[in-house]
Amino acid sequence: MFALTHEEWQAVRLSLAVAANAVAIGLPAAIVTSLLLRWRSMPGRTILNIIVHLPLVLPPVVVGWMLLVVFGIRGHVGQFLHEWFGIRLVFTAAGAALACAVMTFPLMVRAIRLSLEAVDAGLEEAAGTLGAGAVDRFFTVTLPLMTPGVISGAIMGYAASLGEFGAVITFASNVPGQTQTLPLAIFAALQTPGGEAAAARLALISIVLAVAGLLAGEWFSRWSGKRLKS
Amino acid sequence: MSLDVFLRHRFPDFSADVSFSAPAPGVTALFGPSGCGKSTVLSAVSGLLRADEVRVVLDGIVLSDLPPERRRIGVVFQEGRLFPHLSVRDNLRYGLRRAPPGPIDPDETVELLGIGHLLKRYPATLSGGERQRVAIGRALLSQPRLLVMDEPLAALDAARKAEILPYLARLRDSLRTPVLYVSHAMEEVARLADTLVLMEAGRVIGCGPVGEIAARADLPLALGNDAGAIIPAEIAAHDDARALTVLRATGGAAGASSEGARFLVPRIGLPPGSRLRIRIPASDVVLALERPARISANNVIPGTVRAVREAPGGRLALVEIAVGDSLLLSQLTPDSVAQLEIEAGKPVLALFKSIAVQVL
Repeated sequence: MFALTHEEWQAVRLSLAVAANAVAIGLPAAIVTSLLLRWRSMPGRTILNIIVHLPLVLPPVVVGWMLLVVFGIRGHVGQFLHEWFGIRLVFTAAGAALACAVMTFPLMVRAIRLSLEAVDAGLEEAAGTLGAGAVDRFFTVTLPLMTPGVISGAIMGYAASLGEFGAVITFASNVPGQTQTLPLAIFAALQTPGGEAAAARLALISIVLAVAGLLAGEWFSRWSGKRLKS
Repeated sequence: MSLDVFLRHRFPDFSADVSFSAPAPGVTALFGPSGCGKSTVLSAVSGLLRADEVRVVLDGIVLSDLPPERRRIGVVFQEGRLFPHLSVRDNLRYGLRRAPPGPIDPDETVELLGIGHLLKRYPATLSGGERQRVAIGRALLSQPRLLVMDEPLAALDAARKAEILPYLARLRDSLRTPVLYVSHAMEEVARLADTLVLMEAGRVIGCGPVGEIAARADLPLALGNDAGAIIPAEIAAHDDARALTVLRATGGAAGASSEGARFLVPRIGLPPGSRLRIRIPASDVVLALERPARISANNVIPGTVRAVREAPGGRLALVEIAVGDSLLLSQLTPDSVAQLEIEAGKPVLALFKSIAVQVL
């Protein structure tokens, strides 16, 4: 039962690559957003907070539709990217990664903020009195101390990206080898008469990957908890 | 050379209006009860609090015009605030690497603080006392223009305090960096401070050399159980036959004075010429008008009453006695003051046992 077909392997490989790209796109933005949200008196903080959390509560298909509106060939950003850089996101693996990044963004931000809130502002003050300016303080104190959150955010984002369905199929469509990630392949297999065995194989792989992701996250948070305890 | 601080700041439920000037270098202690605004002063001086109005001038440099990271004020926080992700060595280097070359030698400082064996450890594995010593070292190695300490011993138990105080005393004697020290423990102030700034409810109620302020009858310090004179002194001679040491007061900022009062204390194991401080508790000082014939008190010291004040409530009277350049303080009952007709300008004898004198 475990002999995977060429297409099934392709779906697994594509999923892993799309999830990695999603984290690469989403994580830096999530770090910046977390820092902005930490700044209590920032104008528009509540609005930013709501926007960040929208993908968590909206139907994924709505997020996919919104991506189409903005990044589609006729969308403002999509048109600009296409005309100036020749980049097309719709129906491409890059588009699938973007959809995953947007969907998993709230998870990454929440993980990072959790560890950012545990960073004692007093340590940054202390760094200031020792002659470190704002940028210096960020890279030598804040960032190292929030690293556990950044890494666990990356693990969460990666694991969740592997399972993203609605936004991907809406925005990037279901093209084998291009945008057909694991959940989409499972969906396609179930639509095909006699595809139950293929669906079961792929589902099992999904479960294994998800469990591995959660275990990695758990192990890491224990390790970093021990290391940074002060 | 001096440190001048002016601060005005209004919190919702508290306002501070503070102004003082202290000689630098030297240890200036801000002393007062909790909530009197001492820490507010430190935060404003180090730039961590944006005060409504603040002006800090050290040797002509207006530090308050600079952002905190360019003031070069080394701060030792109550809780240490060591970086948990850096080793002790890297904590110590943090300020050093960002500072211009300065007079403070890293190796000497590490040795002085006794932290050489901790360099490879991480803050999480240090004891409270070790952590505070590393924090002091980290602040010093940033070659600060001014070292600021916010109750560095407050979070420690008595044993750890006793462990660190000698290091601080050594620092005071070997350091040319001025120090601003916040405390509400008289013991630390008596031992370390050169200048005392007495605070209450956001105001400065007294400021001057520690010997002067500690013995002032009109300040609330004089009312406490731990009231007493603080006198810098040096060992004049040992009287081995009597197992006593003769101390000579070295006066305030004026330095050694040949007129300095002499005190007898139990034998001290230090060579003549050594400098130290003594504290003479006000409740142990007895006043007499004539020299008693045979008395166990070793110290019978002629002086002149400088001021007499009756404490509110009428249960206690405070008498300041000038002895050479030094000041003694005596707590008496108002009845004794009346019986002896003690008033300003009257010559008296101050009597106290040699074992009542605390050598700091």
